[in-house]
Amino acid sequence: MAKLILSMDGLTLKEIPLNKERITIGRKPHNDIQIDNLAISGEHAAIVTILNDSFLEDLNSTNGTFVNGQQIQKHFLQTNDVVELGKYRLKYINEAPQQASQTDFEKTMVLRPDMMRKPLEAAPIGVQTQPSPVTMAPTAAPAPQPTPAPAVAPAAAGQALPLGAIQVLTGANTGRELELVKTLTTLGKPGVQVAVIARRPHGYFITHVEGAQFPVVNGTTLDAQAHPLNDHDVIELAGIKMEFFLKG
Amino acid sequence: MTDLSQALEMVARTDPGMVRHNNEDAVLANNAAGFAVLADGMGGYNAGEVASGMTTALLGVQLELAGKQTPFHQAQGGRLWAERALEQEVARANGAVFQASQSQPQYAGMGTTLVATIFSDNRLVVAHIGDSRLYRLRGSDFQAITKDHSLLQEQIDNGIITPEQARHSQNKNLVTRALGVDASVEAEIHVHEVMAGDIYLLCSDGLNDMMDDDEIAMALQMLSANLPLCADQLIQMANDNGGRDNVSVILVKVKQAFPAPGGFWHMVRGWFGKQGK
Repeated sequence: MAKLILSMDGLTLKEIPLNKERITIGRKPHNDIQIDNLAISGEHAAIVTILNDSFLEDLNSTNGTFVNGQQIQKHFLQTNDVVELGKYRLKYINEAPQQASQTDFEKTMVLRPDMMRKPLEAAPIGVQTQPSPVTMAPTAAPAPQPTPAPAVAPAAAGQALPLGAIQVLTGANTGRELELVKTLTTLGKPGVQVAVIARRPHGYFITHVEGAQFPVVNGTTLDAQAHPLNDHDVIELAGIKMEFFLKG
Repeated sequence: MTDLSQALEMVARTDPGMVRHNNEDAVLANNAAGFAVLADGMGGYNAGEVASGMTTALLGVQLELAGKQTPFHQAQGGRLWAERALEQEVARANGAVFQASQSQPQYAGMGTTLVATIFSDNRLVVAHIGDSRLYRLRGSDFQAITKDHSLLQEQIDNGIITPEQARHSQNKNLVTRALGVDASVEAEIHVHEVMAGDIYLLCSDGLNDMMDDDEIAMALQMLSANLPLCADQLIQMANDNGGRDNVSVILVKVKQAFPAPGGFWHMVRGWFGKQGK
């Protein structure tokens, strides 16, 4: 479940679970989060949580609501966002479920409007106390475990992998260098002979794409399979020789 | 039935991905009959596989029969036979999956997403349910031509979040429509013009959740000359990015126009250009 950590001057005051569909923040006592400070408006802001996503909205407060230093009207909260209200800080933490249970959690489920009236045992995260607009069928998701995992996997081509490049050794473009920055780079002449070099987390691989001739690496003709490239391999393609090398 | 294998090249691939042990996706491509079906099943144990497997198998048989019975491009009551056939066969598959889930306790609640296309007479008819997609690459323009039936898409439509923010949402994989979970289901059906050179991609969310559209477009553009390699590469890229779900792709390359004899495009060509030759 997502939560907010309320602090002032670096001192943690309390943790607030986002366990309701709508949580209000303000100076007046009827707010879910009451902050008794004159810089805070009576009804200052609200956080609406829809399943696992939370949205912060400023309720036309006098002094405004800031997230990470930017004034906002409406904001889609991301984990570690810091909401500033006067001297108070609210840090938003939304820990994705643990890897093992996450795979179950990520299974596609159907939202069925006809299940609205039923109790909420099936809702995976949050919204325990109030009727929610939606619940899930058919299976309940496991409770989240407090291990952070990125919502979107990091773009592959691992940072650990040194950047590869191609230098042309023969022909009109001799000496030209091409850095293999993209996930895929094609080489050759379309319609004659083309090969593709794929940048993968554990290295670079060359594969034949089209043409009667297959690429030659260090004097050996490749088959249709992907072939790993090593530093200083010499590739022959469409009559041109080129060297693959890794940049430090 | 018109044989479209000269005009259409199709490649279908499915992979469990890097995390799951089972594959709940199912794919079927029939380039001669001109149709492709992709389904992403859901439900406990192996029920998801059953739902998607039943759906693709049923549609595979029934659509081929439907095309033999009546040419897909023939209009009936203002609609193409392909549209009606899809509607009818989706309803049939829905009934079969729903019935199985009602009668077998281990299949209770199973369902599947679906994207199915029929190519006929220089057009395609697409039916979809849930968040499996159809993309089109035409020249350098790459875009999804189906719109997901999902909570996220509804939030985007309502202006609650932007498509950019949607990439970071924790509410992925919540579909608002699925085949087999209720006694009836409505597939969204559209007709699109097809041009020679187009490449179509049917995929499960295991692909587009793992990769940006730009990256998918790049792979299609660079590797269009070798469709099987392109399909393998797409799956590999999704897996290299984490492969957290099953990944399925069907690629359809339109090698040449395919006007149906006596069809709309045939008549148009008859009115213009071809006369007197």
